Amino acid sequence: MTVPAEIKKLRVATTSLAGCFGCHMSFLDIDERLLELLHYIEFDRTPLTDIKHCGPCDIGLVEGGICNAENVHVLREFRKNCKMLVAIGACAVTGGLPAQRNHLDLADCLQEVYVTETSLGKGGIPNDPELPLPLDRVYPIQEVVKVDYFVPGCPPSADAIWKFLTDLLAGRTPRLGHGLISYD
Amino acid sequence: MSDSQHFLLDGEEVPFTPGQTVMQAALSAGRYIPHLCYHPEFKPHGSCKVCTVKAGGRTAASCTLPAQSGLEVESATEEMNALRRTLVQMLFAEGNHFCPSCEKSGNCVLQALGYDLGVTNAGFRHLFPDRPVDASHPDLLLDFNRCILCELCVRASCEVDGKCVFSLSGRGIDKHLIVNNASGRLEDTDIALDDKAVAVCPVGVILKKRVGFALPIGQRRYDARPISAQALEDAPRPSTQGPCNACEDAP
Repeated sequence: MTVPAEIKKLRVATTSLAGCFGCHMSFLDIDERLLELLHYIEFDRTPLTDIKHCGPCDIGLVEGGICNAENVHVLREFRKNCKMLVAIGACAVTGGLPAQRNHLDLADCLQEVYVTETSLGKGGIPNDPELPLPLDRVYPIQEVVKVDYFVPGCPPSADAIWKFLTDLLAGRTPRLGHGLISYD
Repeated sequence: MSDSQHFLLDGEEVPFTPGQTVMQAALSAGRYIPHLCYHPEFKPHGSCKVCTVKAGGRTAASCTLPAQSGLEVESATEEMNALRRTLVQMLFAEGNHFCPSCEKSGNCVLQALGYDLGVTNAGFRHLFPDRPVDASHPDLLLDFNRCILCELCVRASCEVDGKCVFSLSGRGIDKHLIVNNASGRLEDTDIALDDKAVAVCPVGVILKKRVGFALPIGQRRYDARPISAQALEDAPRPSTQGPCNACEDAP
Protein backbone atom coordinates (compact mmCIF):
# COMPACT_ATOMS: atom_id res chain seq x y z
CA MET A 1 0.00 0.00 0.00
CA THR A 2 1.24 3.50 -0.80
CA VAL A 3 0.64 5.90 2.03
CA PRO A 4 -1.08 9.21 1.23
CA ALA A 5 0.50 12.27 2.87
CA GLU A 6 -2.66 13.37 4.69
CA ILE A 7 -4.85 10.65 6.05
CA LYS A 8 -7.44 10.60 8.79
CA LYS A 9 -6.58 7.53 10.77
CA LEU A 10 -9.30 5.06 11.68
CA ARG A 11 -9.58 4.45 15.40
CA VAL A 12 -9.51 0.76 16.33
CA ALA A 13 -10.32 -0.93 19.64
CA THR A 14 -9.70 -4.59 20.44
CA THR A 15 -10.57 -6.83 23.36
CA SER A 16 -10.47 -10.46 24.39
CA LEU A 17 -13.57 -11.66 26.27
CA ALA A 18 -14.01 -15.41 26.85
CA GLY A 19 -11.02 -16.09 24.63
CA CYS A 20 -7.39 -17.11 25.06
CA PHE A 21 -5.70 -14.08 23.41
CA GLY A 22 -4.73 -16.42 20.58
CA CYS A 23 -6.52 -14.19 18.07
CA HIS A 24 -4.57 -11.19 19.39
CA MET A 25 -1.37 -13.19 18.98
CA SER A 26 -2.41 -14.01 15.43
CA PHE A 27 -3.10 -10.30 14.84
CA LEU A 28 0.46 -9.54 16.01
CA ASP A 29 1.66 -12.25 13.61
CA ILE A 30 1.09 -9.81 10.75
CA ASP A 31 4.58 -8.80 11.94
CA GLU A 32 6.12 -5.81 10.15
CA ARG A 33 2.82 -5.21 8.36
CA LEU A 34 1.66 -3.82 11.70
CA LEU A 35 3.89 -0.76 11.07
CA GLU A 36 2.25 -0.29 7.68
CA LEU A 37 -1.15 -0.65 9.30
CA LEU A 38 -0.28 2.10 11.78
CA HIS A 39 -0.21 4.59 8.87
CA TYR A 40 -3.95 4.01 8.57
CA ILE A 41 -5.16 3.24 12.07
CA GLU A 42 -4.60 4.27 15.65
CA PHE A 43 -5.49 2.21 18.68
CA ASP A 44 -8.06 3.03 21.33
CA ARG A 45 -8.80 0.48 24.04
CA THR A 46 -6.75 -2.66 23.44
CA PRO A 47 -4.35 -4.85 25.39
CA LEU A 48 -1.63 -3.16 23.28
CA THR A 49 -2.32 0.30 24.74
CA ASP A 50 -3.71 -0.79 28.09
CA ILE A 51 -6.48 1.84 27.77
CA LYS A 52 -9.24 0.56 30.05
CA HIS A 53 -12.39 1.85 28.37
CA CYS A 54 -13.44 2.13 24.78
CA GLY A 55 -14.08 5.62 23.37
CA PRO A 56 -15.68 6.48 20.03
CA CYS A 57 -14.07 4.22 17.40
CA ASP A 58 -14.42 3.23 13.79
CA ILE A 59 -13.67 -0.45 14.19
CA GLY A 60 -14.01 -2.77 17.19
CA LEU A 61 -12.33 -6.17 17.01
CA VAL A 62 -13.74 -8.61 19.56
CA GLU A 63 -12.08 -11.91 20.39
CA GLY A 64 -13.84 -14.47 22.59
CA GLY A 65 -17.42 -15.34 23.42
CA ILE A 66 -19.59 -14.15 26.29
CA CYS A 67 -19.27 -16.27 29.43
CA ASN A 68 -19.85 -13.81 32.28
CA ALA A 69 -21.47 -10.50 33.26
CA GLU A 70 -18.31 -8.47 32.67
CA ASN A 71 -18.07 -9.78 29.10
CA VAL A 72 -21.58 -8.44 28.50
CA HIS A 73 -20.64 -4.97 29.84
CA VAL A 74 -17.46 -4.77 27.74
CA LEU A 75 -19.21 -6.01 24.61
CA ARG A 76 -22.02 -3.48 25.00
CA GLU A 77 -19.44 -0.71 25.51
CA PHE A 78 -17.78 -1.76 22.26
CA ARG A 79 -21.07 -1.89 20.38
CA LYS A 80 -22.04 1.52 21.68
CA ASN A 81 -18.74 3.12 20.65
CA CYS A 82 -17.70 1.29 17.48
CA LYS A 83 -19.20 2.10 14.11
CA MET A 84 -18.25 -1.35 12.94
CA LEU A 85 -18.05 -4.39 15.20
CA VAL A 86 -16.10 -7.44 14.10
CA ALA A 87 -16.16 -10.93 15.66
CA ILE A 88 -12.62 -12.29 15.43
CA GLY A 89 -12.10 -16.02 15.88
CA ALA A 90 -14.09 -19.16 16.65
CA CYS A 91 -15.04 -18.16 20.23
CA ALA A 92 -16.54 -14.79 19.25
CA VAL A 93 -18.25 -16.33 16.22
CA THR A 94 -19.53 -19.63 17.68
CA GLY A 95 -18.76 -19.62 21.42
CA GLY A 96 -15.80 -21.89 20.70
CA LEU A 97 -14.02 -23.95 23.30
CA PRO A 98 -15.64 -22.29 26.36
CA ALA A 99 -19.07 -23.13 24.88
CA GLN A 100 -18.24 -26.82 25.25
CA ARG A 101 -19.76 -26.45 28.72
CA ASN A 102 -23.11 -25.39 27.27
CA HIS A 103 -24.78 -28.78 27.47
CA LEU A 104 -23.83 -29.04 31.14
CA ASP A 105 -25.53 -27.39 34.09
CA LEU A 106 -23.47 -24.45 35.39
CA ALA A 107 -23.90 -25.44 39.06
CA ASP A 108 -22.73 -28.97 38.23
CA CYS A 109 -19.64 -27.54 36.49
CA LEU A 110 -18.72 -25.36 39.49
CA GLN A 111 -19.41 -28.23 41.89
CA GLU A 112 -17.21 -30.60 39.88
CA VAL A 113 -14.28 -28.19 39.55
CA TYR A 114 -14.23 -26.53 42.96
CA VAL A 115 -15.70 -29.17 45.28
CA THR A 116 -15.84 -32.74 43.97
CA GLU A 117 -12.43 -32.73 42.27
CA THR A 118 -10.23 -32.35 45.35
CA SER A 119 -6.98 -31.83 43.43
CA LEU A 120 -8.37 -28.58 41.97
CA GLY A 121 -10.74 -27.16 44.57
CA LYS A 122 -9.33 -25.45 47.61
CA GLY A 123 -12.00 -23.68 49.61
CA GLY A 124 -15.15 -24.29 47.64
CA ILE A 125 -16.90 -22.36 44.88
CA PRO A 126 -15.50 -18.78 44.71
CA ASN A 127 -18.03 -16.10 45.63
CA ASP A 128 -15.94 -12.93 45.96
CA PRO A 129 -18.21 -9.99 45.00
CA GLU A 130 -15.46 -8.67 42.69
CA LEU A 131 -15.70 -11.78 40.51
CA PRO A 132 -18.06 -11.36 37.54
CA LEU A 133 -20.91 -13.84 37.69
CA PRO A 134 -20.75 -16.61 35.10
CA LEU A 135 -23.67 -16.84 32.66
CA ASP A 136 -25.87 -19.92 32.32
CA ARG A 137 -24.00 -20.69 29.14
CA VAL A 138 -21.41 -19.23 26.78
CA TYR A 139 -22.80 -17.12 23.95
CA PRO A 140 -21.38 -16.15 20.56
CA ILE A 141 -21.21 -12.35 20.55
CA GLN A 142 -23.88 -11.94 17.86
CA GLU A 143 -26.38 -13.48 20.27
CA VAL A 144 -25.86 -10.46 22.56
CA VAL A 145 -25.25 -7.49 20.20
CA LYS A 146 -25.42 -6.84 16.48
CA VAL A 147 -22.20 -7.82 14.73
CA ASP A 148 -21.19 -6.40 11.35
CA TYR A 149 -18.46 -8.79 10.23
CA PHE A 150 -17.13 -12.21 11.16
CA VAL A 151 -13.61 -13.58 10.76
CA PRO A 152 -13.78 -17.26 11.76
CA GLY A 153 -10.80 -19.43 12.71
CA CYS A 154 -9.06 -20.77 15.80
CA PRO A 155 -7.31 -18.45 15.42
CA PRO A 156 -7.82 -16.77 12.06
CA SER A 157 -4.40 -16.69 10.39
CA ALA A 158 -2.41 -13.46 10.32
CA ASP A 159 -2.95 -13.40 6.56
CA ALA A 160 -6.71 -13.70 7.05
CA ILE A 161 -6.73 -10.81 9.53
CA TRP A 162 -4.51 -8.75 7.21
CA LYS A 163 -6.75 -9.48 4.20
CA PHE A 164 -9.83 -8.56 6.23
CA LEU A 165 -8.38 -5.28 7.52
CA THR A 166 -6.87 -4.18 4.21
CA ASP A 167 -10.14 -4.92 2.39
CA LEU A 168 -11.94 -2.82 4.99
CA LEU A 169 -9.42 0.04 4.80
CA ALA A 170 -9.63 0.04 1.00
CA GLY A 171 -13.41 0.36 1.19
CA ARG A 172 -14.07 -3.14 -0.16
CA THR A 173 -16.48 -5.70 1.29
CA PRO A 174 -14.07 -8.06 3.06
CA ARG A 175 -13.80 -11.46 1.37
CA LEU A 176 -11.48 -14.11 2.74
CA GLY A 177 -11.64 -16.76 0.02
CA HIS A 178 -10.10 -20.22 -0.16
CA GLY A 179 -7.16 -20.78 2.14
CA LEU A 180 -7.99 -17.81 4.37
CA ILE A 181 -11.51 -18.71 5.51
CA SER A 182 -11.10 -21.37 8.18
CA TYR A 183 -13.21 -22.69 11.06
CA ASP A 184 -10.35 -24.44 12.84
CA MET B 1 -28.60 -43.10 -26.41
CA SER B 2 -30.33 -39.88 -27.25
CA ASP B 3 -27.98 -37.03 -28.00
CA SER B 4 -30.62 -34.43 -28.77
CA GLN B 5 -31.97 -33.75 -25.29
CA HIS B 6 -30.71 -30.67 -23.47
CA PHE B 7 -31.73 -28.36 -20.71
CA LEU B 8 -30.28 -24.95 -19.91
CA LEU B 9 -28.11 -24.57 -16.81
CA ASP B 10 -27.29 -20.92 -16.15
CA GLY B 11 -27.85 -20.22 -19.83
CA GLU B 12 -25.66 -23.03 -21.16
CA GLU B 13 -26.89 -26.25 -22.72
CA VAL B 14 -26.42 -29.43 -20.69
CA PRO B 15 -27.13 -32.76 -22.41
CA PHE B 16 -28.94 -35.50 -20.53
CA THR B 17 -30.17 -39.02 -21.02
CA PRO B 18 -33.78 -39.81 -20.04
CA GLY B 19 -34.01 -40.80 -16.38
CA GLN B 20 -31.15 -38.57 -15.26
CA THR B 21 -31.76 -35.90 -12.67
CA VAL B 22 -30.60 -32.32 -13.18
CA MET B 23 -27.77 -32.98 -10.71
CA GLN B 24 -26.60 -36.16 -12.45
CA ALA B 25 -26.66 -34.54 -15.87
CA ALA B 26 -24.88 -31.42 -14.61
CA LEU B 27 -22.09 -33.38 -12.91
CA SER B 28 -21.71 -35.66 -15.93
CA ALA B 29 -21.30 -32.57 -18.08
CA GLY B 30 -18.64 -31.18 -15.76
CA ARG B 31 -20.91 -28.57 -14.19
CA TYR B 32 -20.88 -28.22 -10.41
CA ILE B 33 -24.02 -27.66 -8.37
CA PRO B 34 -23.27 -27.38 -4.61
CA HIS B 35 -24.65 -30.40 -2.75
CA LEU B 36 -24.36 -32.17 0.59
CA CYS B 37 -26.61 -35.23 1.07
CA TYR B 38 -26.35 -36.23 -2.59
CA HIS B 39 -23.81 -38.94 -3.32
CA PRO B 40 -23.37 -40.29 -6.85
CA GLU B 41 -23.37 -43.90 -5.63
CA PHE B 42 -26.69 -43.69 -3.81
CA LYS B 43 -30.31 -43.05 -4.61
CA PRO B 44 -30.97 -39.31 -4.20
CA HIS B 45 -32.35 -38.38 -0.81
CA GLY B 46 -33.36 -34.78 -1.46
CA SER B 47 -33.36 -33.79 2.20
CA CYS B 48 -30.60 -31.21 2.72
CA LYS B 49 -31.81 -28.94 -0.11
CA VAL B 50 -28.33 -27.44 -0.56
CA CYS B 51 -28.53 -28.39 -4.26
CA THR B 52 -31.66 -26.26 -4.68
CA VAL B 53 -31.91 -24.59 -8.07
CA LYS B 54 -34.55 -22.46 -9.70
CA ALA B 55 -36.13 -24.44 -12.51
CA GLY B 56 -38.94 -23.03 -14.58
CA GLY B 57 -39.33 -20.25 -12.00
CA ARG B 58 -39.70 -22.62 -9.02
CA THR B 59 -37.12 -23.80 -6.53
CA ALA B 60 -36.42 -27.52 -6.48
CA ALA B 61 -33.74 -29.91 -5.23
CA SER B 62 -31.68 -30.64 -8.34
CA CYS B 63 -30.70 -34.10 -7.05
CA THR B 64 -34.30 -35.31 -7.32
CA LEU B 65 -35.52 -33.09 -10.15
CA PRO B 66 -35.80 -35.11 -13.39
CA ALA B 67 -34.02 -33.45 -16.29
CA GLN B 68 -36.43 -32.31 -18.96
CA SER B 69 -35.85 -30.97 -22.42
CA GLY B 70 -35.98 -27.20 -22.56
CA LEU B 71 -35.97 -26.72 -18.78
CA GLU B 72 -34.31 -23.46 -17.75
CA VAL B 73 -32.28 -23.97 -14.58
CA GLU B 74 -30.58 -21.26 -12.52
CA SER B 75 -27.91 -22.43 -10.07
CA ALA B 76 -24.83 -20.21 -9.86
CA THR B 77 -26.79 -17.11 -8.90
CA GLU B 78 -26.46 -14.99 -5.80
CA GLU B 79 -30.09 -15.77 -4.97
CA MET B 80 -29.49 -19.54 -4.93
CA ASN B 81 -26.14 -19.26 -3.15
CA ALA B 82 -27.72 -17.07 -0.47
CA LEU B 83 -30.34 -19.79 0.13
CA ARG B 84 -27.60 -22.44 0.28
CA ARG B 85 -25.63 -20.33 2.75
CA THR B 86 -28.67 -20.13 5.02
CA LEU B 87 -29.17 -23.91 4.87
CA VAL B 88 -25.52 -24.53 5.78
CA GLN B 89 -25.80 -21.99 8.60
CA MET B 90 -28.82 -23.81 10.02
CA LEU B 91 -26.89 -27.08 10.06
CA PHE B 92 -24.05 -25.40 11.95
CA ALA B 93 -26.48 -23.83 14.46
CA GLU B 94 -28.38 -27.07 15.01
CA GLY B 95 -25.49 -29.38 15.91
CA ASN B 96 -22.28 -29.00 17.86
CA HIS B 97 -19.80 -28.36 15.08
CA PHE B 98 -16.66 -27.41 16.94
CA CYS B 99 -14.15 -27.55 14.08
CA PRO B 100 -11.03 -26.70 16.15
CA SER B 101 -11.26 -30.05 17.99
CA CYS B 102 -12.71 -32.18 15.18
CA GLU B 103 -10.38 -34.67 13.57
CA LYS B 104 -12.44 -34.54 10.38
CA SER B 105 -11.52 -30.88 9.90
CA GLY B 106 -10.09 -30.37 6.41
CA ASN B 107 -11.81 -33.51 5.13
CA CYS B 108 -15.32 -32.43 6.13
CA VAL B 109 -17.84 -31.80 3.38
CA LEU B 110 -20.01 -29.50 5.50
CA GLN B 111 -17.00 -27.37 6.42
CA ALA B 112 -15.71 -27.30 2.83
CA LEU B 113 -19.13 -26.27 1.60
CA GLY B 114 -19.21 -23.48 4.19
CA TYR B 115 -15.81 -22.25 3.02
CA ASP B 116 -16.79 -22.35 -0.62
CA LEU B 117 -20.08 -20.53 -0.07
CA GLY B 118 -18.38 -17.93 2.15
CA VAL B 119 -20.26 -18.81 5.35
CA THR B 120 -18.53 -16.95 8.17
CA ASN B 121 -21.05 -17.50 10.99
CA ALA B 122 -24.04 -19.63 11.93
CA GLY B 123 -26.51 -16.78 11.49
CA PHE B 124 -28.95 -18.30 13.99
CA ARG B 125 -28.88 -18.96 17.70
CA HIS B 126 -26.81 -22.05 18.36
CA LEU B 127 -28.92 -24.81 19.90
CA PHE B 128 -25.96 -26.47 21.69
CA PRO B 129 -27.81 -29.80 21.92
CA ASP B 130 -26.75 -32.49 24.37
CA ARG B 131 -25.65 -35.46 22.27
CA PRO B 132 -23.51 -38.05 24.08
CA VAL B 133 -20.91 -39.89 22.03
CA ASP B 134 -20.77 -43.67 21.61
CA ALA B 135 -17.21 -44.88 22.14
CA SER B 136 -18.24 -48.48 22.90
CA HIS B 137 -16.78 -50.00 19.72
CA PRO B 138 -13.08 -50.91 19.98
CA ASP B 139 -12.17 -49.41 16.58
CA LEU B 140 -14.86 -46.84 15.81
CA LEU B 141 -16.16 -43.71 17.50
CA LEU B 142 -19.61 -42.21 16.97
CA ASP B 143 -19.80 -38.49 17.68
CA PHE B 144 -23.45 -37.60 17.18
CA ASN B 145 -22.74 -33.91 17.86
CA ARG B 146 -21.78 -33.46 14.22
CA CYS B 147 -24.59 -35.40 12.57
CA ILE B 148 -26.41 -33.53 9.80
CA LEU B 149 -28.99 -36.30 9.17
CA CYS B 150 -27.91 -36.82 5.55
CA GLU B 151 -28.68 -40.54 5.95
CA LEU B 152 -25.67 -41.51 3.84
CA CYS B 153 -24.53 -44.02 6.49
CA VAL B 154 -28.08 -45.36 6.77
CA ARG B 155 -28.28 -45.82 3.01
CA ALA B 156 -24.76 -47.29 2.73
CA SER B 157 -25.23 -49.71 5.60
CA CYS B 158 -28.50 -51.06 4.16
CA GLU B 159 -27.88 -50.84 0.41
CA VAL B 160 -24.18 -51.71 0.20
CA ASP B 161 -23.13 -53.39 3.46
CA GLY B 162 -26.46 -55.23 3.94
CA LYS B 163 -26.31 -54.64 7.70
CA CYS B 164 -28.64 -51.71 8.43
CA VAL B 165 -26.51 -50.65 11.40
CA PHE B 166 -27.88 -47.10 11.44
CA SER B 167 -31.28 -45.49 11.34
CA LEU B 168 -32.91 -42.14 11.96
CA SER B 169 -35.31 -41.90 14.87
CA GLY B 170 -37.73 -39.24 16.08
CA ARG B 171 -39.43 -36.42 14.22
CA GLY B 172 -38.73 -32.77 13.49
CA ILE B 173 -36.17 -31.11 15.72
CA ASP B 174 -35.91 -34.35 17.77
CA LYS B 175 -34.85 -36.41 14.77
CA HIS B 176 -31.51 -38.07 15.39
CA LEU B 177 -29.20 -40.83 14.24
CA ILE B 178 -29.33 -44.08 16.21
CA VAL B 179 -27.55 -47.41 16.18
CA ASN B 180 -30.28 -49.71 14.96
CA ASN B 181 -30.23 -52.52 17.54
CA ALA B 182 -31.65 -53.35 20.97
CA SER B 183 -28.79 -51.90 23.04
CA GLY B 184 -28.31 -48.89 20.75
CA ARG B 185 -24.54 -49.32 21.11
CA LEU B 186 -22.13 -49.71 18.22
CA GLU B 187 -20.18 -52.49 19.94
CA ASP B 188 -23.22 -54.74 19.64
CA THR B 189 -23.36 -54.49 15.86
CA ASP B 190 -21.43 -56.33 13.14
CA ILE B 191 -20.13 -53.09 11.60
CA ALA B 192 -16.64 -53.49 10.11
CA LEU B 193 -13.90 -50.94 9.53
CA ASP B 194 -14.06 -51.31 5.75
CA ASP B 195 -17.85 -50.94 5.56
CA LYS B 196 -19.16 -48.36 3.11
CA ALA B 197 -21.13 -46.79 5.97
CA VAL B 198 -17.87 -45.90 7.73
CA ALA B 199 -16.27 -44.36 4.66
CA VAL B 200 -19.26 -42.37 3.46
CA CYS B 201 -19.87 -40.04 6.44
CA PRO B 202 -19.33 -36.52 5.08
CA VAL B 203 -18.81 -35.02 8.53
CA GLY B 204 -17.06 -36.19 11.71
CA VAL B 205 -19.66 -38.60 13.12
CA ILE B 206 -18.27 -42.04 12.20
CA LEU B 207 -14.55 -41.97 12.95
CA LYS B 208 -11.87 -44.64 12.97
CA LYS B 209 -10.01 -44.63 16.26
CA ARG B 210 -6.25 -44.02 16.53
CA VAL B 211 -5.82 -42.54 13.03
CA GLY B 212 -7.42 -39.13 13.58
CA PHE B 213 -4.44 -36.96 12.84
CA ALA B 214 -2.33 -39.39 10.77
CA LEU B 215 -2.76 -36.88 7.97
CA PRO B 216 -1.92 -33.48 9.48
CA ILE B 217 -4.23 -30.47 9.36
CA GLY B 218 -3.14 -28.39 6.38
CA GLN B 219 -2.50 -31.42 4.14
CA ARG B 220 -6.07 -32.55 3.92
CA ARG B 221 -8.43 -32.89 1.03
CA TYR B 222 -10.08 -29.49 1.07
CA ASP B 223 -6.97 -27.66 2.23
CA ALA B 224 -5.55 -27.93 -1.25
CA ARG B 225 -8.53 -26.95 -3.36
CA PRO B 226 -12.11 -25.90 -2.67
CA ILE B 227 -14.87 -28.49 -2.83
CA SER B 228 -16.28 -26.99 -6.02
CA ALA B 229 -13.02 -27.86 -7.78
CA GLN B 230 -13.05 -31.44 -6.47
CA ALA B 231 -16.68 -32.57 -6.62
CA LEU B 232 -16.54 -33.06 -10.36
CA GLU B 233 -13.72 -35.59 -9.99
CA ASP B 234 -15.99 -37.69 -7.76
CA ALA B 235 -18.82 -37.65 -10.25
CA PRO B 236 -19.00 -40.81 -12.31
CA ARG B 237 -19.21 -40.21 -16.03
CA PRO B 238 -22.05 -42.48 -17.16
CA SER B 239 -21.01 -45.09 -19.68
CA THR B 240 -24.20 -44.29 -21.62
CA GLN B 241 -22.34 -41.32 -23.04
CA GLY B 242 -19.91 -43.70 -24.71
CA PRO B 243 -16.13 -43.72 -24.54
CA CYS B 244 -14.25 -40.44 -24.78
CA ASN B 245 -12.81 -40.15 -28.25
CA ALA B 246 -11.48 -36.64 -27.84
CA CYS B 247 -7.86 -37.70 -28.27
CA GLU B 248 -8.51 -39.79 -31.39
CA ASP B 249 -10.71 -37.10 -32.88
CA ALA B 250 -8.20 -34.33 -32.30
CA PRO B 251 -6.38 -33.18 -35.45
